[in-house]
Amino acid sequence: MSIKGLPRREFILPGTAACPGCGLTLALRHVLKALGDRTILVVPAGCTSVIQGVAPNSSFAVPTLNIAFAASAAAASGIVNGLDAQGIRGVNVAVWAGDGGTADIGIQALSGAAERMTDMIYFCCDNESYMNTGIQRSSSTPPGAWTTTTPTGKREPKKDMPLIMAAHKIPYIATACSSYPIDLNSKVEEAKNIRGTRYIHILAPCPTGWRYPSERTVEVGRLAVETGLWPLYKIRDGRFEISIQSKPLLKESRRRPVKEYLEAQGRFSHLTQSEIDNIQGIVSAMWERLSLMDNKDIFKGW
Amino acid sequence: MVNLILDTGNHMVGHAVRAARVQVIAAYPITPQTSIVEHLATMVETAKLKARYICVESEHSALAACVGASYVGARTFTATSSQGLAYMHEMLHWTSGSRLPIVMAVVNRALGPPWNIWVDHTDSLSQRDTGWIQIYCSSNQEIFDTIIQCYKACESPEVSLPAMVCLEGVTLSHTLMPAIIPEQFEIDEYLPPYRPAATLNPERPKTFSNIFKPEDYMRLRHEMDRAMVRATKILEEAADEYSTHFGLRHHGGLVERYRLEGAEAAIVALGGLASEAKVAVDQLRMRGLKVGLLRVRVFRPFPKEDVRRLAENLRFIIVLDRDISFGMEGILYTEVKASLYDLSERPSLAGFIVGLGGVDVKSSEIADLVTKSMEGKFKGTVWVEV
Amino acid sequence: MGAAGRTGSWRVYRPIIDKTRCTRCLLCWLYCPEGCIERTVEDDVEVNLEYCKGCGICAEECPLKAITMVREGA
Repeated sequence: MSIKGLPRREFILPGTAACPGCGLTLALRHVLKALGDRTILVVPAGCTSVIQGVAPNSSFAVPTLNIAFAASAAAASGIVNGLDAQGIRGVNVAVWAGDGGTADIGIQALSGAAERMTDMIYFCCDNESYMNTGIQRSSSTPPGAWTTTTPTGKREPKKDMPLIMAAHKIPYIATACSSYPIDLNSKVEEAKNIRGTRYIHILAPCPTGWRYPSERTVEVGRLAVETGLWPLYKIRDGRFEISIQSKPLLKESRRRPVKEYLEAQGRFSHLTQSEIDNIQGIVSAMWERLSLMDNKDIFKGW
Repeated sequence: MVNLILDTGNHMVGHAVRAARVQVIAAYPITPQTSIVEHLATMVETAKLKARYICVESEHSALAACVGASYVGARTFTATSSQGLAYMHEMLHWTSGSRLPIVMAVVNRALGPPWNIWVDHTDSLSQRDTGWIQIYCSSNQEIFDTIIQCYKACESPEVSLPAMVCLEGVTLSHTLMPAIIPEQFEIDEYLPPYRPAATLNPERPKTFSNIFKPEDYMRLRHEMDRAMVRATKILEEAADEYSTHFGLRHHGGLVERYRLEGAEAAIVALGGLASEAKVAVDQLRMRGLKVGLLRVRVFRPFPKEDVRRLAENLRFIIVLDRDISFGMEGILYTEVKASLYDLSERPSLAGFIVGLGGVDVKSSEIADLVTKSMEGKFKGTVWVEV
Repeated sequence: MGAAGRTGSWRVYRPIIDKTRCTRCLLCWLYCPEGCIERTVEDDVEVNLEYCKGCGICAEECPLKAITMVREGA
């Protein structure tokens, strides 16, 4: 897929309430282009609830259900069954949830819906904090990051939601990044044609919460991938496969130093050199594991 | 043609759900509701009920799934009890605020801690402000009839609100009683398919429940209240039409009046407790006391007019509450008093907290409370404990 | 009307596209979070000034440096 080959039609109408340079709006724009108009979107509480704007207007040109914070996957489950009960076919039911609505308050409903193989695509747009309520930490916040509830830096690791979803044995899991729209488009296109629960986790840089100037949203996301901190991959029918943009990083020399990613963001500005070295070590360990997993059928089970 | 069957209150719920041609069910098991979900699952898997059955992982998700299904135009149902009802509290508000005509069976059970699986009305009564219609049944026939009537009334564009059909845990849910089940084609004539005005539909995209300005929010809330008030009439019409259409006994629209002709005193109670109170009324009448019963069937919208009319010729009202609002009094008692406030002359009122957590309440005990109230021995709220 | 109003009023800087340098690679169109870079039939690009918030991503990502961010009111 080339840039020129991407669908022209816009489903996000300009004039949203998003911050300038919002990574998740960029991601949603491309997700909706790929999904097309035969889509129902479920949006739990989060930035996206506000981005839609104030009634009677809405920024989204697809039918959208705003729902309580914990309930998105359950509501989607109901929508899928409600359509099925009436013989209505060929509608993409998609959840667009943040990291809070996915990994924390929403995890129970997501786990339940995935275990039932609910025929939906669940997107986690991950800006690594409860951004909408003012940048409080989530389980998806990376260690070391400043948030308003971890003012001296989060201690705990980032919860690995894609692996948690792989443990549910669903047919499709992928990681993506708003800075790689063509990769994101191809993953949505692939997911569209699979039945059962599909999960796509999109890293979405946030200038407001990550503390960098708004024009660098694409660059910051790129650095997350090129340093190896955010590997792009997919797991299709239990088979793990590193995506083409991240494949070269199997070689350590091809990874950019994590320092470049961390120094680009104010939320990491208090890190010491030894803490940065520690993170660099974690990246190496992570990629050792990824190289063992690449091209292997490791997520099948009963 | 009708069919006479003998079954438990819980199973009667299942028969009604099948007769109503519910399309999506999402439910989570909880004692003493479990035989509802099991019966429904069996009917779905043996193709007796053509519905999608979602085995959700919690009650909060159960109602969220019903909301999703209802938003795309499916007729939906769920059932729960005590802790489960409490767990879905947030979604109760979401359902009514979304104006979705979801019907839910609530098997009344005491709220913990401590654990208690027996009958108590606090679970559903403490949800009275969530914008749901609430109806309390006292027989298995009434359970069947009420569920069908609720779909009809709730799906009316003049209402568009959800309804809780409450039945007492163990005493009603697990008790066998006979009931007449009409033929399916007759039910279909009474209850047509669900056709909502606005749904999640890719052909006509709409956004639901995004941010509303304060003035618009208040306007929507006022519309909800008006709908609840209109439900008073619509529920009565649904019950009248049901009774005529099927030739079945009328359970009462909003209230059931029992031996109130020429009464001096009246007991006011809900559900199965009212059934027990009817026996007390019979005992007292045999002793020459002019006592009757007003069974409040529809608790929300509250039958203020019926309670006011009741008070016109009475000297005593004895309210039984199998519930408590801590630091205040029994919930039914509060509502009865509020309904009588504007009257220039009011009867003497006594409120009794009875039977919490499944404590047995005998008709003889109720009769005793009435006679003592009429002797002026009780006033205000009294806790009746063993 | 945009759901959050005419968000062009949010801008401190506005993007100016130098058409003589533009090669129509469409990267600015690709990366604009809100689709405020409009793509014409011929794959030309125009900024939607009514709603552009001036985030600067287009200028940052343009490989030819054909977009400059100019202060409003300057």
